[in-house]
Amino acid sequence: MAGLLLILKRDLSLAMRQGVDSMMVVMFFVLACVLFPFGVGPEPNILARIAAGVIWVAALLASMLSMERLFQTDYEDGSLELLTLSSLPLELVVMAKVAAHWLTTGLPLIIATPLLAILMNLDPQGFWILILALALGTPTLSLVGAVGAALILGSRRGGVLLSLLILPLYIPVLIFGVSAVDAAVGGYPVQAQLLVLGGIFLGALPLCPWAGGAALRQALE
Amino acid sequence: MFHRFANPNRFLRLTRPLVPWAAGLTIVLIGAGLYLGLFASPADYQQGETVRIMYVHVPSAWMAMFCYSGMAIAAAIGMIWKHPLADLTAKASAPVGAAFCFLALFTGSLWGKPMWGTYWVWDARLTSMLVLFFLYLGYMALINAFDDPERGIRAASILVLVGAINVPIIKFSVDWWNTLHQPASVVKMGGPSIDPSMLWPLLLMALGFTTYYIWVILVRIHTEILDSKIRAIRMRQVQG
Repeated sequence: MAGLLLILKRDLSLAMRQGVDSMMVVMFFVLACVLFPFGVGPEPNILARIAAGVIWVAALLASMLSMERLFQTDYEDGSLELLTLSSLPLELVVMAKVAAHWLTTGLPLIIATPLLAILMNLDPQGFWILILALALGTPTLSLVGAVGAALILGSRRGGVLLSLLILPLYIPVLIFGVSAVDAAVGGYPVQAQLLVLGGIFLGALPLCPWAGGAALRQALE
Repeated sequence: MFHRFANPNRFLRLTRPLVPWAAGLTIVLIGAGLYLGLFASPADYQQGETVRIMYVHVPSAWMAMFCYSGMAIAAAIGMIWKHPLADLTAKASAPVGAAFCFLALFTGSLWGKPMWGTYWVWDARLTSMLVLFFLYLGYMALINAFDDPERGIRAASILVLVGAINVPIIKFSVDWWNTLHQPASVVKMGGPSIDPSMLWPLLLMALGFTTYYIWVILVRIHTEILDSKIRAIRMRQVQG
């Protein structure tokens, strides 16, 4: 446990010192959303209809863009090999990395969401549900993405490959995340969708670090 | 018992004679299935002649899932016992499975236009099948993305096992969600709800697709083995 916190602290302080990196992800998120009013026209009704989907897709892409570097820098400078040699199981290393990734990208995305919800004219009824759904869904995105990030270590053209590997696996989170907000806006109960999102997260929580650990092990063999 | 077949030469010797048999069976079964399906079976009372798309659509969808499950099992065997032929089996199955998956999506879309009035709907069965197609593509991209072929195989095995969660979702998608796609009508409790005159060509086609799969992956595995032999010989020549 102490080792896990140590890696988490290291990654967070690295992210703090290169603060621009995680800010860039948020800026990408905001810009990608802002493109839509230009693309589909600024009518409030249309924007309100697509707001939840656009915000979710942009969050998903932003989370994926930052994922490539999750293990890449540690792999290149050799610190990943040192982590393998430590007594800490690789599964916990992945867990710590995922937690750091979520704190430096998922959380800022959620903080930036209210602004976007206003810009996209989202119905106020869906507002809190969107935040709640993102809070339940983005940790899953980080977990699933970590498996992909570990698999592409040392490959050619890693970034494009990563999107091909993990975007299909993001689809369930997107479906339930958007339908929760749509249900809230339409005045229907949202408990089922939120429970499914939570269930996916709880399922991914033990399985993804396990698969990610196996992927790291074969990358360093 | 696995290890008896881990020797590539023994595998080659044992399975080479199977290739012509699988090829012959494929031609006979698909030929008979196509004849029965296209000419000798009745048109559906609701769907008319378009029901004949089923004889390609349903077996290819089955095979797409079967190939993926087979790849997942082979990848697990390859990872646990470091079995070289299991790795090759998974690698050889991927393009075949992707082709079956594409065929299922394509014929399904052609069938959907006259029946549902649309080529595509975003419901659970179609979406999960599309995800399966992307998983195949991702697997093939990952396995070829490394300079060291061993690395590619090991990374891709993990991806197959992660993606295996999609297979039960496809199978049960028609039961869990309300969809346009009809629920299972062949493999279900209480026997198939499909007339024997249509069931027979369907089963013949499914068997024919299976022997086709066996034929093609045997040829592909043989090629892979010969390929690695040639690579080894070349390396030895270079090193002198």
